[in-house]
Amino acid sequence: MSDQLQLYEVFIRSSRGLDHKHVGSLHADDAHQALEYARDVYTRRGEGISIWVVASRDITASQESDCDSFYDPLDDKPYRHAAMYELPEGIDSL
Amino acid sequence: MKLHDPLTRYVVRLGDDALIMGHRLSEWMSRAPFLEEDIALSNVALDFVGRARLFYQYAADLMGGEVTENTFAYQRDVRDFTNLLLCELPRGDFAFTLCRQFLYDAYSLPFTQALCKSADSQLAAIAAKAEKESRYHLRRSRDWMLRLGDGTAESHERCQNALDQLWIYTDEMFECDALLDGLIATGVAVNTASLRSEWLATVTETLHAATLVIPEAQGGVTGGREGIHTDDLGFLLAEMQFMQRAYPGLQW
Repeated sequence: MSDQLQLYEVFIRSSRGLDHKHVGSLHADDAHQALEYARDVYTRRGEGISIWVVASRDITASQESDCDSFYDPLDDKPYRHAAMYELPEGIDSL
Repeated sequence: MKLHDPLTRYVVRLGDDALIMGHRLSEWMSRAPFLEEDIALSNVALDFVGRARLFYQYAADLMGGEVTENTFAYQRDVRDFTNLLLCELPRGDFAFTLCRQFLYDAYSLPFTQALCKSADSQLAAIAAKAEKESRYHLRRSRDWMLRLGDGTAESHERCQNALDQLWIYTDEMFECDALLDGLIATGVAVNTASLRSEWLATVTETLHAATLVIPEAQGGVTGGREGIHTDDLGFLLAEMQFMQRAYPGLQW
């Protein structure tokens, strides 16, 4: 046990076939304990069947200030979007 | 409140263990070292209170009449409670609470596993639910033993002190009396004496891994099963039962 707790991000998959979704973060001594706490903090009402925890410090994030150069150039390339396709009936998640 | 039927007495005994343990754990709500642990401890407290309700509801069914689960929790006096002394000791510091929990969980898991095979189908059904909880409780409290025992100098010392204080209360878990002997013979009750070696193996392995020492103290303190308790249970009941004592039958 160390004196300083680490911050972990928690991802939960709610049912088979779906992807893990970020649900929040928590403090723990190590990844093993973070997993135990994730069970207590985020699955109290039977939300999930699978949990991932990732140390927050291991996440490299894009910066707000980079938004212009990162995303704007994509706005005038509508042919890249799949917006013209219609989802077949009976398919809920794609 | 005097109980005579052996099965009812046994069921209430198991309910008392769970309720008093759950109440002691619930005292940590909003006081745990950090938020995540606060939620985890509260979850375990709820497991025990839930377990107590199942036992008390069954006991109420066995008795019939006006008796409900609340009768057992709120309308009995200190001498009527038959829980283990281990469960009623004040929560102490965090190390004390977790050491108590570990010593009890290491007993509770094999106990609930054995109770699953009870000749009484209702007890077996309650045990099947409790066993899954106990498996998780033990994993959690064992984990804390390793963290505290093999942690800082202070956490190690607090943990060892707690174990030294708690050790004399562990004998009572494996004690047999006339009530148990009768129910063991009919396959209803668990022969707790037979769980001792498994318990000791779990405890020894964990304490060793946690760099803690098994206390040498011999000769256990008992009496809880006869209603002979520490002073502390009276204070616990005074707080837990206050509302029903002041406003009998109150509901919300």
